[in-house]
Amino acid sequence: MTEIELFRNSAPIDPQLHVWGWEIPVYLFLGGLTAGLMILTALAGRGLPRESQSRAMRLLPFAAPILLSLGMGALFLDLEYKLHVFRFYTAMRPTSPMSWGSWILLLIYPATILLGLARLSDGEMAALPRTGRFRGRLAAIVSRLRDIATSRAPQLERANVILGIALGGYTGILLGTLGARALWSTVILGPLFLVSGVSTGAAFMMLFRLGHEEHAMLRRWDTGAIGLEIVLLAMFFVELAANGGQKGQAAVDLFFGGSYTGPFWVLVVISGLIVPLAIELAETQKGWRPAIVAPVLLLVGGLALRWILVLAGQASI
Amino acid sequence: MLFKNYRTRYAMVMDTRRCVGCQTCVLACKAENGVPVNGYRDWIVTETKGEFPHLSMEIRSERCMHCTNAPCVTNCPTGASHFAKGGTVQIDRALCTGCKACVAACPYGARYVHPDGYVDKCSFCMHRVTKGASTACVEGCPTKALAFGDLNDPSSDVARLLHSRTSKLLSPEEGTEPNLYFLV
Repeated sequence: MTEIELFRNSAPIDPQLHVWGWEIPVYLFLGGLTAGLMILTALAGRGLPRESQSRAMRLLPFAAPILLSLGMGALFLDLEYKLHVFRFYTAMRPTSPMSWGSWILLLIYPATILLGLARLSDGEMAALPRTGRFRGRLAAIVSRLRDIATSRAPQLERANVILGIALGGYTGILLGTLGARALWSTVILGPLFLVSGVSTGAAFMMLFRLGHEEHAMLRRWDTGAIGLEIVLLAMFFVELAANGGQKGQAAVDLFFGGSYTGPFWVLVVISGLIVPLAIELAETQKGWRPAIVAPVLLLVGGLALRWILVLAGQASI
Repeated sequence: MLFKNYRTRYAMVMDTRRCVGCQTCVLACKAENGVPVNGYRDWIVTETKGEFPHLSMEIRSERCMHCTNAPCVTNCPTGASHFAKGGTVQIDRALCTGCKACVAACPYGARYVHPDGYVDKCSFCMHRVTKGASTACVEGCPTKALAFGDLNDPSSDVARLLHSRTSKLLSPEEGTEPNLYFLV
């Protein structure tokens, strides 16, 4: 028997680490969602003329910076020294994924906004308010940027895919480098969060009124992403149990009989992956009318995945 | 890692056979460094092993290990946590955003969030050491269970103690190469 008594009482550390609350999972979810949205909007509209795309599909790139800003807002709320937020941009630390991430976040704004501008129709451009000096000047700038973006559409699409992969992967690697926590110390979190981000990105897009073909294409991609996510989740646990030693086994036990078993299997695996996968397969193969159920379940599952992994990771030693 | 070659290598040696867990090191540190309520820079751990009546107890005075491969430094996004004089790990408050990546990265729970928003921890009392004094905890310890000095100086207390006694590190499997040694 070994009994350890610790004469230390610090709220965020003892008896177990809980430095990160709701803000971090919400950011990781919205970051992943943005990553998926960037990759999918770039690929779905690749090389297609504006007229052949639905209005929703053309405008969806603009959702990326909005969702990302909401996520960064949550991240900002988590900072203990909010006035020092600018310090992320006075340094570039190659060993810190958080540092990489903060610079990637900055690049995402121009990439997504320009992609959105490139896909604005002539009608939408004509509808821009131009009355008054300020609005007129703004409209002129938008119009000029749209011209630049249109002429560089292939490069923009590539940039969105690359930055999307970087953003989605980094949200997982961020936790993965915090090796002191057994649950997080695996490289699989990077691809897992990326694939989950693609899936939630597809789900988010399917909430909008897309064309029949567009919806079917996204559904097809999403089915693949969900399948891959299930494989990665299995690999995540196998890797932890096989290579994580005693601590890794204890971390795995949190999900197999431990305190996170119920929420994880119900919210993430069953209602967040298997049920929407079955619904999407039925929609594709049996011709079910696409409903809002599968996307909503996927979004809730994606948020639950991150929430549970952030909490359980802090509970693991 | 990046900053391994220091001419001076500050380390602390803690004798678990001398320590009685009186917490004087904790109080000395709090007084010296103005550690706030609910904050800490060092703390006492007692580890009891065996089955009654065959029990053994080890008492340790723990603090930041000033690791040579410090995960807090590699994970800090702003450079606030950095290697400084003598290979010690220090925090630049002006750079700290309070993102807590270092708190999550530290396997020893050595860091806490100061009420003013920055992350704080043991500094090996560098403000004293640079003036030729030892750390507050070492000077306060009534049983002489703590020693501080330069590992690269063979005549220092820490080098001599490590040379003559059996020592151990905490969680060596983390690969952090701590600079706080425990004599057993």
